[in-house]
Amino acid sequence: MMKTLIKNGQLIDPQNNISGLFDVLLIDDKIEAVAPQGTLVVSDTKEIDARGLVVCPGFVDLHCHLREPGFEYKETISSGTASAVAGGFTSVCCMANTHPVNDNATVTAFIQKQVRETGYCHVYPIGAITKELKGEALANIAELNDAGCIAISDDGNTVQNARLMKIALDYARSFGLPITTHSLEINLANNGHMNASIMSTKLGLKGLPNVAEDIIIARDIMLAEQSGAHLHVGHVSTAIGITLVQEAKERGAKITCEVTPHHFSLTDEALVGYNTNFKMYPPLRTRKDIDALKTAFKNGVVDAIATDHAPHGIIDKELEFDRAAFGIIGFETALPLSLNLVREGVITLEEMVGLLTVKPANVFNLSGGTLSQGRFADIVLFDQNASWTFDEGKIYSKSKNSPFLGTELRGRVIKTLVKGRLVYDVSSGVL
Amino acid sequence: MKFTRKNILGIADLSREEIEGILETALMFSEVNTRAIKKVPTLRGRTVINVFFENSTRTRTSFELAGKRLSADVVNFTSSSSALSKGESLLDTAKNLAAMQPDILVCRHSCAGASHILARYLQSTSVINAGDGSHEHPSQALLDMMTVLKVRKKVDGLRVAIVGDISHSRVARSNIYCFQKMGASVSVVGPASMMPSAIKDLGVDVHYNLKQGIEGADIIMMLRIQMERIKQSPFPSLREYSRYFGLNLETIKTLKKDALIMHPGPVNRGVEIDPGIADGPYSVILDQVTNGVAVRMALLYLLSNAQSMNL
Repeated sequence: MMKTLIKNGQLIDPQNNISGLFDVLLIDDKIEAVAPQGTLVVSDTKEIDARGLVVCPGFVDLHCHLREPGFEYKETISSGTASAVAGGFTSVCCMANTHPVNDNATVTAFIQKQVRETGYCHVYPIGAITKELKGEALANIAELNDAGCIAISDDGNTVQNARLMKIALDYARSFGLPITTHSLEINLANNGHMNASIMSTKLGLKGLPNVAEDIIIARDIMLAEQSGAHLHVGHVSTAIGITLVQEAKERGAKITCEVTPHHFSLTDEALVGYNTNFKMYPPLRTRKDIDALKTAFKNGVVDAIATDHAPHGIIDKELEFDRAAFGIIGFETALPLSLNLVREGVITLEEMVGLLTVKPANVFNLSGGTLSQGRFADIVLFDQNASWTFDEGKIYSKSKNSPFLGTELRGRVIKTLVKGRLVYDVSSGVL
Repeated sequence: MKFTRKNILGIADLSREEIEGILETALMFSEVNTRAIKKVPTLRGRTVINVFFENSTRTRTSFELAGKRLSADVVNFTSSSSALSKGESLLDTAKNLAAMQPDILVCRHSCAGASHILARYLQSTSVINAGDGSHEHPSQALLDMMTVLKVRKKVDGLRVAIVGDISHSRVARSNIYCFQKMGASVSVVGPASMMPSAIKDLGVDVHYNLKQGIEGADIIMMLRIQMERIKQSPFPSLREYSRYFGLNLETIKTLKKDALIMHPGPVNRGVEIDPGIADGPYSVILDQVTNGVAVRMALLYLLSNAQSMNL
């Protein structure tokens, strides 16, 4: 029996309405007790002094790409989960766009095997909605559910056929499986590469207009409401999109949504210079959209901060802007960017922790995200104020495609524990 | 004029002073082009590579002549003969060319920003953007400006109407910046389906009616309908486009007497412009081509000079 006491920290556990000076005792891989500072008297414990740090449940990411199987040159389950724990994430949900696609139980089982053998944290696979993400025929959704997929999504290959989407929502609902979406109407997208705005006009790049996102958010909300299915709208980036979600929630629909740190941190003005590390899907929008997203955070409309961690190698990124892949890595910058929302007074520190832990866990019914007794001891310790520079050499992901390279960030993960085991320590790295 | 830029990537980057400096230099070189022996030793020993990833006859020939008339060694590298068709990336191609130590790369590419990306990776080679996707075509705007200046002496206060597919046009963007910087006011004319997002924010007037758009204009710049670049047509037919937005013998009756009609070429006769007008009294289309060589000589000269100053 191994006992660990994390003491003297500012403990935040939104699920149990705790925020203050509390210690937490772990026995082996589980949470044993949370109690006011100094009140847990235990013998034979290993102690971790968390003075000056926030102690909270490990972060839960509803949206990432681990690239294995098929694109191991971009990321593997090992490197991706190393990056996750370095960013404070202890549970991540990986999208189905691997090669082969995670549209059947064999691929799901392979991912789970790799996680067991090489992973640093919990990984929950998301299955495909349609076979090979082609948007033509449903994948074996019940089989994926049985195999352990916690949701289904075609992500960047948005199901364009509204009837097929309706069938998918109805079918998934039969098994209680949520559907998560990337909202993009492909004809309106017109092979655009960035937000359609004065910036796309100046840069001469084809635009991806907001309406291409809005129209699918509206469609899927209508279909989900009619079906009664749970729709989780992935990475909402537009002002109208987030309003549509808010209105649906007010009607009592089973709609949840996530927002990425980059979408509330950067605007399309960052694209001057054609740096492909600013090319993502949905694209960076405008100040007006960011303001609407922040208002939504303030009003509690957003259920989760999700990274959409999307590693790409230099052969995918060091290209003409039109030809470069969409996406950026996100695990290791999520915390400092989210803390900006706290510093700007958009949300409280407790709310931020909630958006990275229990709220996302609840969206897909995952067991992480709390420090309740008996749960796995998935814990992160972070320093809210530590300033550091995000250098390429410090990145744990196999890919380095981040728009924040060389940027000074504030807020840093100090330690991450998964099932009671220290897997990341800022001074010694991923363990 | 002290010209210290390493690259010419777009008009948006240039100041009015720099534009005027380039044009003064170009006027100087245009005299060379009228001599019997059209060659000066100015750039002897310099190497210029024209890297054309997209087809072009006029711009490539113009840059090639410009380099040769300045006695530079000019090599052409076109996509059909290039490593690109063998799967080599833009950057690898660029790095290989740079390893041969040219002084200047002139780049034409179908992707916006291609020249910017090259310039970022090439430390000791100057890059001239000879057209990048729908972004900019700075040497075209400069030669257009030179053409106007030769006739009108002064651009301040002139009214310019640019007509056609503004959305896909790099010529439009470079000319909007160039004319505005030189003190002219610019209108864009065409159906709304051919206007890019938030075009008004560039400080132009937008007209959806040709007659209204060109009324009182001193310069009418007709853009080429680029069927090759448009996947889903923003207008129903060439015939309808031509009837509503093409310049014909009827519409030119409303023009000011001293108006100039320009076109970046190649002209689709009978589509954006009536065959008779392209060769008619208002047209300065061939002067544009002539001035193109002088402007490109000026750019090559100024970039080489800037390089020597940095040595």
